[in-house]
Amino acid sequence: MSAGAQRLDVTVAEVVDVNPLIKRFRFVRTGGGALPTFSGGSHIVVDMDDAGTRRLNPYSLMSDPGQTDSYMISVRRDDNGRGGSLYMHRSVRPGMQMQIGWPVNLFPSDLRAKKHLMIAGGIGITPFLAQMAQLDRIGGRFELHYAARNRTLGAYMDELQTRYGARVQTYLDEEGQAMDLKGLLTSQPFGTHLYVCGPKPMIGWVLDTARTLGWPEGALHSEEFLAPPVGQPFEVELARSGKTIRVGAAQSLLEALEAAGVDAPYLCRGGACGQCETDVCEADGTFEHNDHWLSDAEKASGRKIMPCVSRFRGARLVIDR
Amino acid sequence: MSLSYEGTIPSRPRYGQLTPRPGSGHLFVADGEGADAILALFAGPGAKGMLATTQIVYMPGPTGTDKSAELEKLGADIFFRAPDYSTAQPRLKRLFGSAHMGLQLYLTGTEGLIGQAQRDAIEAGLPHTAMQTEHRGSTVRRVQCVHCKGITENVRTDPFVCSHCGLNLFVRDHYSRRLAAFQGVNIDAEDPGQVPPQVERFA
Ligand code: FES
Repeated sequence: MSAGAQRLDVTVAEVVDVNPLIKRFRFVRTGGGALPTFSGGSHIVVDMDDAGTRRLNPYSLMSDPGQTDSYMISVRRDDNGRGGSLYMHRSVRPGMQMQIGWPVNLFPSDLRAKKHLMIAGGIGITPFLAQMAQLDRIGGRFELHYAARNRTLGAYMDELQTRYGARVQTYLDEEGQAMDLKGLLTSQPFGTHLYVCGPKPMIGWVLDTARTLGWPEGALHSEEFLAPPVGQPFEVELARSGKTIRVGAAQSLLEALEAAGVDAPYLCRGGACGQCETDVCEADGTFEHNDHWLSDAEKASGRKIMPCVSRFRGARLVIDR
Repeated sequence: MSLSYEGTIPSRPRYGQLTPRPGSGHLFVADGEGADAILALFAGPGAKGMLATTQIVYMPGPTGTDKSAELEKLGADIFFRAPDYSTAQPRLKRLFGSAHMGLQLYLTGTEGLIGQAQRDAIEAGLPHTAMQTEHRGSTVRRVQCVHCKGITENVRTDPFVCSHCGLNLFVRDHYSRRLAAFQGVNIDAEDPGQVPPQVERFA
């Protein structure tokens, strides 16, 4: 069984409307006791039973890593998504019992850094909430630059400014406040590490600008959870388990494997960690590679697929599961 | 003198070749024949425009090679010559402390020089993969005795006698990035006096 697949039984202790798009959930251990410790930047996978459909979505832990009596996540409602966030918004109530995976950190603070420069867009703020709480406690030097559409949607902006003062800078798109990224990236002390989490175009803009300005690759960190894209249903033959399964339009290949009772590894379920990498035995058709893991050459080779986010169109696909 | 990586272990450092990279400034730290790597870089394409934002910190090599005159003529913004690394170190630390991200680091010359400059840059918060390195010149090693922890500079033979505790040490490829030194292990612990003849392995 894969590490992230180890389950914890939790009870929903609190559901809070943060703004029109975002709800915050607090989980405590069912039956009491402390939850496993985690480091800032970790995520958990929440197991949902959505009227018979099992959904497993990753969410960053936003609560203070120093507190293990409960975990908090924030979920942004995606009306055009596959339904996980809508389920969290509509069906999850205080007192409900659920299962979550153990925390996994694919976006840790590099504690050797002299300073941590964090750039967040929208709901991408969540991993930084935990990182800042952790760094603040150990006396780490950090600075957050946080952009959102407007103040209503800039979740936690006010609290953060109250708590961290000038270490938090906010930018509201609708008020025409733009980040002077170039100025920011050229004025950072030697030994600074850069962290960015938010929408894909923002991550690309920040990382490309940093590279152009001579930031070394090892000082750049980013996290983006891809939701598995919807697509055409397709069939897959599983060489090892001898089954043939059908992947539904709103289902990922990984979810289809799980639904068929096949134990497939995963950690992030968002195309970032590499854990689910699977060998392709035979393929006659076109891959829709949606991950950030495989190299372009590996994607072109047709020998590998990341079942958490990638799909296939064609006559026949056989994978090594 | 060129290094061979044949039959070695993963912790043994490997070096590349310096190439110009975009950045707000360029800091070269070199000793001895490392000067040739800097001269070669500036003789090649894409480096001319860098001179105005280039700073060179240079010291003679362990075998006495001193190419200060040639390097000074290059016309970098700042050229600084130090007699050895420990003299250059405070200046480098001050530079790291006041520099900004975007500064490119180029280290070239002996392994001892590269390793020590790399260690100080890592201490300043830079990822160890961030600096470019190119080995030039002498292959003498900086070795730490695992018994007394003393460091012997410019080790030429294997085995050699620890300059601190006097034990006969065998020079391993095992390298500590934190100490910027190879490891030396006592060779005659079981049978004192049973020491194989010294071989000139590093020159
Ligand atoms: S589970 Fe992380 S890449 Fe697929």
